[in-house]
Amino acid sequence: MAVINPLLPQVAKIVDIKQETPNIKTYRVVSPDGGKPFEHIPGQCAMISVPPVGEALFSITSSPTQQEYMEFSIVKTGSVTDFLHEIEPEFEIGIRGPYGNGFPIDMFKGKDILFIGGGIGLAPLRSLINYCLDTRDDFGKIDIVYGARTPDDMIQKEEIFKVWPKAPNTEVHLTVDNEWEGWEGRVGFVPQCVEEICFAPDNRIAVTCGPPIMIKFVLQGLEKLGFTPEQIITTLELRMKCGVGKCGRCNIGDKYVCKDGPVFTYAELLNLPPEY
Amino acid sequence: MKKISKDKLPQLWDRLAQQATLYLPVEEDGVVNFAPWKEGAAVNLDVINTVVPPKQMVLPQSENYLHFRVDGGKLDLEPVDVDGPYVIFGARPCDVAAIAIIDKLFLDEPCDTLYKERREKGTIISLGCNEPEETCFCTAFELEPAFSPDADVSAWDMGEYLLWKAQGEKGEALTKKMEDLLEDAGADAEKAVESLRNNVASKEAAATKEYGWNAQGVKDALEDKFDSEIWDKLYRRCLGCGVCTYICPTCHCFDVQDFSRGQEGLRFRCWDSCMFGDFTLMAHGENPRPTQKERVRQRFMHKLLYYPSNFDVYACVGCGRCVRKCPVSIDITQVIKEVGGVK
Repeated sequence: MAVINPLLPQVAKIVDIKQETPNIKTYRVVSPDGGKPFEHIPGQCAMISVPPVGEALFSITSSPTQQEYMEFSIVKTGSVTDFLHEIEPEFEIGIRGPYGNGFPIDMFKGKDILFIGGGIGLAPLRSLINYCLDTRDDFGKIDIVYGARTPDDMIQKEEIFKVWPKAPNTEVHLTVDNEWEGWEGRVGFVPQCVEEICFAPDNRIAVTCGPPIMIKFVLQGLEKLGFTPEQIITTLELRMKCGVGKCGRCNIGDKYVCKDGPVFTYAELLNLPPEY
Repeated sequence: MKKISKDKLPQLWDRLAQQATLYLPVEEDGVVNFAPWKEGAAVNLDVINTVVPPKQMVLPQSENYLHFRVDGGKLDLEPVDVDGPYVIFGARPCDVAAIAIIDKLFLDEPCDTLYKERREKGTIISLGCNEPEETCFCTAFELEPAFSPDADVSAWDMGEYLLWKAQGEKGEALTKKMEDLLEDAGADAEKAVESLRNNVASKEAAATKEYGWNAQGVKDALEDKFDSEIWDKLYRRCLGCGVCTYICPTCHCFDVQDFSRGQEGLRFRCWDSCMFGDFTLMAHGENPRPTQKERVRQRFMHKLLYYPSNFDVYACVGCGRCVRKCPVSIDITQVIKEVGGVK
């Protein structure tokens, strides 16, 4: 078979759109003949095209164990996403990928996993969370800390409130930034929540994704709790055009986030220039 | 080794142009750039650096690669064919070296097949330099001004005639097709080339000696210069015009955009520049390189530290175009000197 130009998208169809928050929707995508457009591992991304508006890179939020379709949770925040927020199911898009290294799943096996997400940052984590829950025996205890500004800004409500808390040996800790009418759960920022629960670092991996300011304080908090930089994993986002390490804009030092990332251990990040 | 008398060159160009698009340095309104050959074109084989390097033949300034048609919610996608074969005549050794340098990135896995296909359709005939320009410093990057190991055919200007040497399969095949226009160069040709090569290289090396550095130390010197105050000084005068990147033979960063009319359109990639603020600007407003300081630093770090870390070769060939064209005289040779890349 001829090697295909990695910049060429294939046609895919959006079959379902779910309004998650006032500005986030989750899109279910399949090949025109049904099934997933391609296989992926948790943490990888795909480039979605809506000609003539353009292309943008999104993390794949569904787990690879989901065989029927692929999902993306997308914030309305630019020209491509503005367009995506206007369309209806049955709309055809272009898609190419998967891109990036994905989470180092082998490293997690037999360990407790602490997921720490904020806002839309749950999207890449969700792929791994559902993967771990679908292959439950490979992992130890799973803790999921998730926060958003308000309860209305939380995504995947069905899973965070109903599905995940019922999974074996799994705890979900939800928090909102400020008091909110009708909210009886935790109040406070995500990093604060992590420190309060005081997760022990022994045999545990922490995986975090969220706004840069949250990540910054989560990293500090985890270090205080005794986590080493090798035990902390995060996934980054920078502007990308090609997704294959050629177009030259998502580099941090000599690493390309699209190709060498987007998943990095905190130890790896400490060795890169602070340009992200 | 072959040779061809200069008065036979238009015949050679005609012949080359019959089988492929032939690009060669053509003077128009006092500016020399690579352009397709046509009879009577003012070919200029004396100018050392064309304004725009011949990288534009392997990585066009704008290149369509996808045709799309949108109809309601329906989408049709069709790849666009890459143009036919081409020959670049008269590329200077530094510019050929630059193409070999960007080959490393584009052909690295995952291979950029669009680049590969276009690259493979090209045949490069280099023309050695007889005299270095004032701004040349290719020898500082261990390149030779009068010899291109990466070209398919090496040519040298000997006054009345050009010497011609095929290098590799593509070059042999092309030489065979031109056989009746080429004469045998005779026994002394190799010697003449050798003396030309040595002569030009030593002239340029002598001229660049005053820079006080060579390639060896540059990368090491930059390892710990991310936070150096040199960037604070340097960026203040940068206008962010991007000319340094557009006319650089190794700069290869690109953008991807869609163009449409009605329901149909084309997706193309085009040159972009790390000197521009929106190069790294994200949709939600964050920018990891918010000021010109980070962008200027990125350009030099990419060429002299990141690229050699990844591909074992500097992304600079010392052609001197950026030195000549920068409107505020930001000079890469001075930068190297300041960061301490001195032997």
